[in-house]
Amino acid sequence: MSIEIRNIEKRFGNFTALDNVSLKVESGELLALLGPSGCGKTTLLRIIAGLEQPDAGQVLFSGADTTHTHVSERQVGFVFQHYALFRHMTVFDNVAFGLSVRPRKLRPSREEIRERVMKLLKMVQLDWLADAYPAQLSGGQRQRIALARSLAVEPSVLLLDEPFGALDAKVRKDLRRWLRDLHHQMHITSVFVTHDQEEALEVSDRVVVMDHGHIEQIGRPDDIYENPATPFVTRFLGDVNLFHGRVDGGHFTHGNFAHALDDGAQAASDSAVAYVRPHDLDISRLAGGALATGSIEHIHAVGPLVRIEVAPDSGDAIEVALSKDRYRELGLMLGDKVFVTPKKLSVFVGAQDYAI
Amino acid sequence: MASRSLLTSEQAWVRYALTTFALLFLLVFLLVPLVSVFWEALSKGWELYAAALTEYEAWQAIKLTLIAAAISVPLNLVFGVAAAWAIARFEFRGKSLLTTLIDLPFSVSPVVAGLMYVLLFGSHGWLGNWLSAHDIQIIFAVPGIVLATVFVTFPFVARELIPLMQAQGQDEEQAAIVLGASGFAAFWHVTLPNIKWGLLYGVILTNARAMGEFGAVSVVSGHIRGETNTIPLHVEILYNEYNFVGAFACASILAMLALVTLAIKTVIEWRIERQHEASLVRTQQARAALV
Repeated sequence: MSIEIRNIEKRFGNFTALDNVSLKVESGELLALLGPSGCGKTTLLRIIAGLEQPDAGQVLFSGADTTHTHVSERQVGFVFQHYALFRHMTVFDNVAFGLSVRPRKLRPSREEIRERVMKLLKMVQLDWLADAYPAQLSGGQRQRIALARSLAVEPSVLLLDEPFGALDAKVRKDLRRWLRDLHHQMHITSVFVTHDQEEALEVSDRVVVMDHGHIEQIGRPDDIYENPATPFVTRFLGDVNLFHGRVDGGHFTHGNFAHALDDGAQAASDSAVAYVRPHDLDISRLAGGALATGSIEHIHAVGPLVRIEVAPDSGDAIEVALSKDRYRELGLMLGDKVFVTPKKLSVFVGAQDYAI
Repeated sequence: MASRSLLTSEQAWVRYALTTFALLFLLVFLLVPLVSVFWEALSKGWELYAAALTEYEAWQAIKLTLIAAAISVPLNLVFGVAAAWAIARFEFRGKSLLTTLIDLPFSVSPVVAGLMYVLLFGSHGWLGNWLSAHDIQIIFAVPGIVLATVFVTFPFVARELIPLMQAQGQDEEQAAIVLGASGFAAFWHVTLPNIKWGLLYGVILTNARAMGEFGAVSVVSGHIRGETNTIPLHVEILYNEYNFVGAFACASILAMLALVTLAIKTVIEWRIERQHEASLVRTQQARAALV
């Protein structure tokens, strides 16, 4: 089932949570809503579920207007950040709940319910916990049960609100891989909310980056990462170095250094910012193609990448990530005077310094 | 106690002294008075005790007390759940006013509560003329006693539930509704089981107060023997007449009632705990079978 969101507005008092948001989720797609806390991503998810009413705009499921359809009739599965398992019921009864509260005419028989619940519990690999109460489970187990419970009613849409937010890093990594595999098997249209860019980029088919109640960019994970549309997206998706300068004649100028731009069509401007990720920077002992110069202040050589901080004459330290091989080849030492060369840079004209 | 860290625990004599003090306090102020009620009631033997309870006026007082409790407990149960639901789940204008109003019976002296009803419904009260014209008697009659009882027991259930429901949040109810449950099904299968202990406790407190209320009921009752006396009022009358066996026999009924409700609560708690333990054992067996 596809989901379409048209011009949704939502305010809480004076706070605008969603400002004219439109979005289409394709059938069978796994979409991530990514953004900092307070950007409106959870509100948007709850509006899709029907747990919140928008002040204006429409929600369409497969082209049919569902804006005023009651939550219980939308056939959505919703996974809550804090699991929301029924604490007084066993795991089995939790998963069976959606089936056993159906009106008598639509309710499957006891045996059918039992069969379906056990099948789902096997799928989440927790059938041996059927008799346990939620309080006896770990966080990861609880979230898997919550997922099984939401799938028991065979929803046409699966919505997940920060599903791994309350789990520790290791479990989180396992579970998100598991969710992606599950989605590949079932192909149910899914939307999940996260503030973790790594999670969004790794799991989803497409990512929607949001800030302050509006959408900054929609795209495939690699596309968003390689070609961020705005300074906000650039900064939100990972570490980035800022170089202030100006653009004219197809060049970006920063201090005494100039760098040719790929698309010479950039409008000339006196105030432009170049954003370069640490691994898109190289270090050289020659000035050719450089963007800045400085002395090496810190070398952090643990892990696959060597992180080097270069202190320019003025401004913030520049962070460079080099491969181990490149680092050895250059033979860098603390205090060395070096040049920093960008392999790739995103220039935003007229952009003010953007704080997150 | 060997595993207890010396760094985080008090010294042994402090612990024992505090425990002893607490136990002594409970003994002197709770247990001894309770025992003395039964002791005094039975001091002249079982026959006099039984006679004191089966006497017409005592029996009428017991009946009236049961009627007042039977009306005010369900009424305040429904009201308490509704008010707690509204306050814990919704934002609306006048919410803080409602919260304050619920507490009013706690902050007003019971005697004042009784007087309010006399001023309102008494023969010289605001509605007195209209009521006597229609031949309705509220003050010095059963309706007045019920009204006063409902008033003083108003806050117990709501007060018990509001913090509980606020702490539990509404995620579980929303999960139930997303899964297709109707509002009533979500309340019945999810909300009610989650609040049942708080609710039971609120009902026990409401019932104890409804049966034991003296001040407010005393003002509106008129103390008509065999007609408008509840157990506490009857106890006072008998005591003032130096009929100690009768007074303590009636008092022992109230005390017994408290003990019975406590026993019921303990039994239910114990059974639930056993159920959870059994599930834990089954889970551990399943885990062992897996490995």
